[in-house]
Amino acid sequence: MQEKVKDGPSSEFQVVGTRPVRPDGADKVTGRAKFGADFSLPGQLVGKVLRSPHPHARIKSIDASAALKLPGVKAVVCRDDFLEQSSEFIPAGEMMINYRDVVRNVMAREKALYEGHAVAAVAATSAVIAKEALNLIKVDYEVLPHVIDVVEAMRPGAPLLHEDMFTAGVEPAPKAPSNVAKRLEIGHGDMAAGFKQADVVVERAFTTKPVHQGYIEPHACIASVSEDGQADVWVSTQGHWVVRAHCARLLGWDIGKVRVTAAEIGGGFGGKTVVYLEPIALALSKKARRPVKMVMTREEVFKASGPTSGAHVRVKIGARQDGRIVAAEAELKYQAGAFAGSPVQPGAMCAYAPYDIENVKVVGYDVVTNRPKVAAYRAPGGPISEFAVESVIDEIAGRIGMDPIELRLKNAAKQGTKAAYGPKFGPIGMVETLEAAKAHAHWRTPLGKHQGRGVASGFWFNIGGETSVSLSLNEDGTLSLTAGTPDIGGLRASLCMMAAEELGVPLDKIRVQIGDTGQLGYNFLTGGSRSTFSSGMATVEAARDVMKEACKRASKLWELPEDAVEYSNGGVRPAGPNAGKHAPMTLKEIAGIAGKTGGPIVGYARINAAGAAPSLATHIADVEVDPETGKVSVIRYTAIQDAGRAIHPSYVEGQYQGGVAQGIGWALNEEYIYGDDGKLQNPGFLDYRVPVASDLPMIDTVIVEVPNPRHPYGVRGVGETPIVPPMAAIANAVADATGVRFTDLPMSPPRVLKALDEARAKGTAKL
Amino acid sequence: MRYEAPSSLEQAVGLLAAATGDARVLAGGTDLLVQMRTDILNPELVVDIKHIPELREVKEEAGGFRIGAAVTGAELKEHPRLKSVWPGIVEAANLIGSTQIQGRATMGGNLCNGSPAADSVPALIAAGAKASVVGSHGRREIAVEDVMLAPRKLALAKGEIIASFLLPAKVKGSADAYLRFIPRTEMDIAVVGCGIALTVDANGAVSRARVALGAVAARPLLVEEAARALLGSKLEDAALNKLDAAAGAACKPIDDKRGTKEYRIKVAGVLARRAAAIAYERARKA
Amino acid sequence: MAKHHITATVNGDPVEFLCEPQETLLDALRDQLHLTGTKEGCSTGDCGACSVTVDDRLVCSCLMLGVEADGKSISTIEGMAQGDELHPLQQKFLEHAALQCGICTPGFLVAAKALLDKKPDPTETEVRYWLAGNLCRCTGYDKIVRAVLDAAAELRGA
Repeated sequence: MQEKVKDGPSSEFQVVGTRPVRPDGADKVTGRAKFGADFSLPGQLVGKVLRSPHPHARIKSIDASAALKLPGVKAVVCRDDFLEQSSEFIPAGEMMINYRDVVRNVMAREKALYEGHAVAAVAATSAVIAKEALNLIKVDYEVLPHVIDVVEAMRPGAPLLHEDMFTAGVEPAPKAPSNVAKRLEIGHGDMAAGFKQADVVVERAFTTKPVHQGYIEPHACIASVSEDGQADVWVSTQGHWVVRAHCARLLGWDIGKVRVTAAEIGGGFGGKTVVYLEPIALALSKKARRPVKMVMTREEVFKASGPTSGAHVRVKIGARQDGRIVAAEAELKYQAGAFAGSPVQPGAMCAYAPYDIENVKVVGYDVVTNRPKVAAYRAPGGPISEFAVESVIDEIAGRIGMDPIELRLKNAAKQGTKAAYGPKFGPIGMVETLEAAKAHAHWRTPLGKHQGRGVASGFWFNIGGETSVSLSLNEDGTLSLTAGTPDIGGLRASLCMMAAEELGVPLDKIRVQIGDTGQLGYNFLTGGSRSTFSSGMATVEAARDVMKEACKRASKLWELPEDAVEYSNGGVRPAGPNAGKHAPMTLKEIAGIAGKTGGPIVGYARINAAGAAPSLATHIADVEVDPETGKVSVIRYTAIQDAGRAIHPSYVEGQYQGGVAQGIGWALNEEYIYGDDGKLQNPGFLDYRVPVASDLPMIDTVIVEVPNPRHPYGVRGVGETPIVPPMAAIANAVADATGVRFTDLPMSPPRVLKALDEARAKGTAKL
Repeated sequence: MRYEAPSSLEQAVGLLAAATGDARVLAGGTDLLVQMRTDILNPELVVDIKHIPELREVKEEAGGFRIGAAVTGAELKEHPRLKSVWPGIVEAANLIGSTQIQGRATMGGNLCNGSPAADSVPALIAAGAKASVVGSHGRREIAVEDVMLAPRKLALAKGEIIASFLLPAKVKGSADAYLRFIPRTEMDIAVVGCGIALTVDANGAVSRARVALGAVAARPLLVEEAARALLGSKLEDAALNKLDAAAGAACKPIDDKRGTKEYRIKVAGVLARRAAAIAYERARKA
Repeated sequence: MAKHHITATVNGDPVEFLCEPQETLLDALRDQLHLTGTKEGCSTGDCGACSVTVDDRLVCSCLMLGVEADGKSISTIEGMAQGDELHPLQQKFLEHAALQCGICTPGFLVAAKALLDKKPDPTETEVRYWLAGNLCRCTGYDKIVRAVLDAAAELRGA
């Protein structure tokens, strides 16, 4: 297959593929841009949350009378202020959530299920008074035994979080409740027959710890409810229509009464696709009749907003000596936190997705524990399962003496491959990224002392979803584009570029904004790597709508049939046999005649974007290991990924680099550290160790383009795949450097040194 | 909370001695404000000592240096002579936190915060620094290794403030070094810290040594056994092995979110070797 | 609680504000002076989003009390552009796409400017270590470092 490595703008486009400065850029480099905590309203109150100090406790009573008497306290809310919800699963990004659990996570009802679980909240005239008021709320807890480890939680007799949790997906249904919310199984073929054909079988067990999305901006919102029940919320969120829906549901209000404006968002990575403070702020504001502003502290972010799962994963792969994988199995036990809904399903779907395997079976368990409820984190579930699979594939390559890229090429999924989770792939770039890795100078550069190199691939499917866009042609020929998927990292630039490409107008004639929920039809959230794909698709449709309308108006003026006018070069002209009969009109001139030819010209798109296509990646990592301290340094990194079509290459590269940095942190140093008391010991950036600038090298990127035929520009979502390969790439590199295979993350220095010393004692260490 | 910014040591001492509730000294604030924010501390009185000239100066005195307790790490780095005479101390002070932290953090605060993992303390101990303590009963000198007794517990009476540190005159052929181990490259609290000061004679043999370890016991340690291991040596393998063992043996570490006992013991020995090598190289050129 | 009356200079302009003793400089900048460009990411000095310079010294404003600002000259992100001309650092950040969500950007720009004011020709390593106190979760730092080095070159050449 011809390699399609992007090394410059494509000749077929004017704007797409170039690197203009983003339209929201000036505000962001001058401090003018308003994030969630930057809004203030006259008369606003400060809202604060009272949180459970216990990891597991029944809440027998809540007495806020003393708090209400404190001067300056204007409202207190607790479980009674939110509606009971029946069980109903709905999509949220790429996860499923249940409202019965959502209302309980926002405000504890029968039980506090993790340290940090919200139990009550106050609104007061100052932060000092609000804090004092929290101390006056008396909560009667009956402390219960807790369980925070996923294997412990699965044991019979483990402390039970939900008395009505009977494992779904098991036949016959269990008679006794447990902490296992569900069991799932996917795959095809005959496992026993498959493994019989193998010359080499490798089976390994892996563990990963919960890690947090780590956005630098804590959750923040301001809510204002007026006497007639109209409610406004300004919040930094990945999905303001979702916020609207959740708040309306939890409070029992009409959706149309609630208007949500998306502030600029300081990072989300999936963690801001759910609600925490918003329903509370609204409930407080309604009671207090004043706006209520709520901002989480960093400690609250760690203790009470979703990390992703920690997990136990077992992988077994069989291959023939010629490199063909004949059978592959995995068992995933993912921790969901206090309520069901770990990303074990997507984790299972992704595990073997980069490969064409005849016999494959993945079993997954969703297990609850007394920890904060997990939320989506960039390719939810994928990095965990693919870390395990890519590590075992590396080991198999070693055992049969084959280059690890060659082994992957021999088994790569292609167009027409049936994935373990069911569908047949359209065109995908797995082979292309592997070939690009093989050809890259990084793969050939000699290594130094104590250094090792690892390669790993990764897959994420990406989603489409409901999207609405509005594109107005202004009276002077400029355009106003309103989209509804919050811009978390450069979307407005890409939308502007796609509109400019379609319409043939200069970029600076288009002003793009993210509209509030009152200004557009429904928009599903920014997640699943969907915003450039879906809002882009909608933008193109809206632009074509404008172009069509422009032709129609000119046809009226020129008294020609509608289809006798064509759009070209930023304007309209007569087509076919009528060509040349009238001078072309620019879009600006069309705008001038809009009123008298029928009214304002506005393009709309309201779609459920379909045709999202997977993005495949292959990464190469070099590490250096200090043999005396076990410290692992990443000294070189190359991320190669298929973008379909890179609208704005700088922002595509940025996604690759950002995902890599998070993956490196996950591999080396990030973890939630709990004591036996079930309390989090590192709820801050001092001891929750994300990579800092001096920890990382430059992160080289290669954009491969295997266009997605179902998008007008060939776009594939790219945001999530980059976080998938790094953990295995690093683990494989460390194995190369040390001779020791690490199956437990993070590979922090004490663990590495301990394993090195054990290997040295056995004579298997390379350094 | 009351905030006072006295302009003399007498005033500061008087305020602290007279305080009825919890009273804290504010120097750089990089520990105090964090503890106030996380509700570990809720002082009634905060005494800002940064307006007291003696505490903000670096002076050459008796052939050595007197460093005001409220001089920041960044200022230490910018001093024209200090870094070349005591590179270990200056580097240690500039490993604390980040550039932003170093812009405010002081060695007085780093010591009096009472953390066994403080970065500048092992370097001060290795240098043989003395703290000049001022209280209502006057002034006294105390070796830095005697200031901290246990986590958050100091050998200072109510109302006493550390005014300055005196670094002794540098003998020819002497130098210091400080190394710490952290899991990342910056921003972490030391898992192990090691400060070493050596004097090397004309033949290249170590004639004097002081070895200090941080983050491996309830307080920073002066490890005499480790120093003895180096005396008379030219840092041959045998001497370094003894140093390694002595450093490990001195540790009484804990398992915590930053490291395990066994890891700290191992790495203490590793850092001691590496710091000794750097100090030795520097001393031979000094 | 009695408030202190503070007089200072912020971005070259004389300012006055009232603040309670326990309020941080960050609180004072955002809530009293309505300069919300400086951000709160952690309040414990670990993320650098609150970076400002005080008398030309780079600090975390969350680790300074508002009362300590009396008589000081403070520079925030709002003072970086000159009229409608962006500082070369700001311009290079845009050109290099050195920001994605942008929450850390004000802190990085203030910190980077403090570096280049002191050291006009830093190496990549020096840039990375100087900026280690500024966390970014979006970019992996690559484009930030490139933008700073490019701005340094331009400032040297200009």
